[in-house]
Amino acid sequence: MYKPRNIIIGVIAFLALIFFPVWSSLFTTGEAVGAEISLDTPMINAMENPKCVEDTEWMRANHMKLLADWKVEVVRNGNRIYVAEDGQKYLASLQNTCFECHSNYDEFCLKCHEYNNVSPTCWTCHVEPTVVEEGNK
Amino acid sequence: MENMSRRKFLKLGGAAAVGLGAAVVTKTADAAQIGGSYQKDSARMQAKNWGMVIDMSKFSEESFNACVEACHSFHNVPNIDTKKDEVKWIWKQTYEQLFLDETHEHLSAKYKDQEFMTICNHCQEPVCVRVCPTKATFKNDQGVILMDMHRCIGCRNCMAACPYGARSFNFKDPRPYIEEINPTYPTRMKGVVEKCNFCAERLALGQLPLCVELSNGAITFGDIDDPQSGVSKLIAENFTLQRRANLGTKPKVYYIV
Ligand code: HEC
Ligand code: HEC
Ligand code: HEC
Repeated sequence: MYKPRNIIIGVIAFLALIFFPVWSSLFTTGEAVGAEISLDTPMINAMENPKCVEDTEWMRANHMKLLADWKVEVVRNGNRIYVAEDGQKYLASLQNTCFECHSNYDEFCLKCHEYNNVSPTCWTCHVEPTVVEEGNK
Repeated sequence: MENMSRRKFLKLGGAAAVGLGAAVVTKTADAAQIGGSYQKDSARMQAKNWGMVIDMSKFSEESFNACVEACHSFHNVPNIDTKKDEVKWIWKQTYEQLFLDETHEHLSAKYKDQEFMTICNHCQEPVCVRVCPTKATFKNDQGVILMDMHRCIGCRNCMAACPYGARSFNFKDPRPYIEEINPTYPTRMKGVVEKCNFCAERLALGQLPLCVELSNGAITFGDIDDPQSGVSKLIAENFTLQRRANLGTKPKVYYIV
């Protein structure tokens, strides 16, 4: 039996359902917030002009790619020194450079990764500061 | 279009292909690297081909133990005491086990039972490098055989190929077996192979390998391609043995018995 009314109701219900994320966001007010990350570490507090290896914005967008480059340059090409865009030189090392400043892994890297649902597979081998603290307790 | 000759058509096609190729090349070049640039540390130890001479007459039990302790604790090598699961970068073997082609049934017990320090030979013709399907094991620009842990898939071809038993497989998670984790060096994980790396991370910053430093002069480290180096002179002046030289792997760890 052909019942246009039922079909139209069905189509509207279907569309409402699949566009739920779109219309529901129109009615929610809260602003999008990022993860609350902390820069409160001894190393960063001691810096006169707290600065990352590269600009903050750039780091936020590109740190995963930078680390991927570092591992290839260090392990395969023996290039252990990274010269940043501003000319500053850094030892290209996850544990000895990133974690020297960002020694609060849980409050920094992990916070943001959990917020963004990212789980890097590096920590089975690379030792994040939390492991060391727990191990030496 | 109707007037296009075959010749003209092919020319156009060729030009388009070149353009496309160039686009792909620049695109991949773009993707290759971001940010600043890279260089070697200015203090990096220089050599074309690192090698080692171990003078057993100068090696005391005490300094040998110091070498093992320093190497394994720095590199986070787990201490697992079952033979099957054991992981080792530096260990002891008797003359008989080490030089199976240079022994005979009546060899004096003095030599037969003598214990020798053993590490990866960093062969000039490394079989492990040839059999690795992912190029995780490779020879660097200074003749050191390295492992890129990020590429190891744990197939263990290299272990089957290595005639010296220099490689260990992580059958279990190594972390519970590391007494105190050194936070300046990574551990490994279940499912990867590992071995001695001639302390590549130290050479890169201008330091000698740990075992060389702690051997009290029993180990000499240097460029075997440079006839003026300490190792070349020792090899020229002394009777030296290589492990299983007949296999053609050209080991670069030499022993003065
Ligand atoms: C010399 C100290 C130092 C080192 C080394 C360092 N950082 Fe930073 N990093 C900082 C500081 C300080 C900031 C915040 C700068 C700001 O507030 O503008 C920061 C910011 C960041 C941010 C952006 C956070 C945000 O606000 O969204 C990321 C991501 C980051 N760092 C990752 C890394 C990684 C990965 C490494 C190693 C490759 C590294 N950092 C090495 C000091 C450092
Ligand atoms: C401001 C948020 C933020 C902070 C802070 C941050 N990350 Fe990330 N990180 C991300 C996001 C988002 C991704 C995923 C990017 C993607 O998948 O494209 C990521 C990805 C990564 C990856 C790659 C993961 C993979 O599977 O390839 C690594 C490695 C990494 N982060 C390391 C770190 C380290 C180390 C720190 C602390 C020093 C850190 N990150 C701090 C947001 C952050
Ligand atoms: C199977 C173990 C393992 C895993 C997993 C692993 N690494 Fe590594 N990584 C190593 C080892 C071993 C080295 C060599 C250290 C050296 O030579 O100083 C290394 C070196 C590096 C280096 C350069 C040297 C240094 O001190 O940091 C970077 C950068 C790096 N890895 C990044 C990563 C990132 C990012 C991930 C995750 C996406 C990762 N690694 C996962 C074992 C691992």
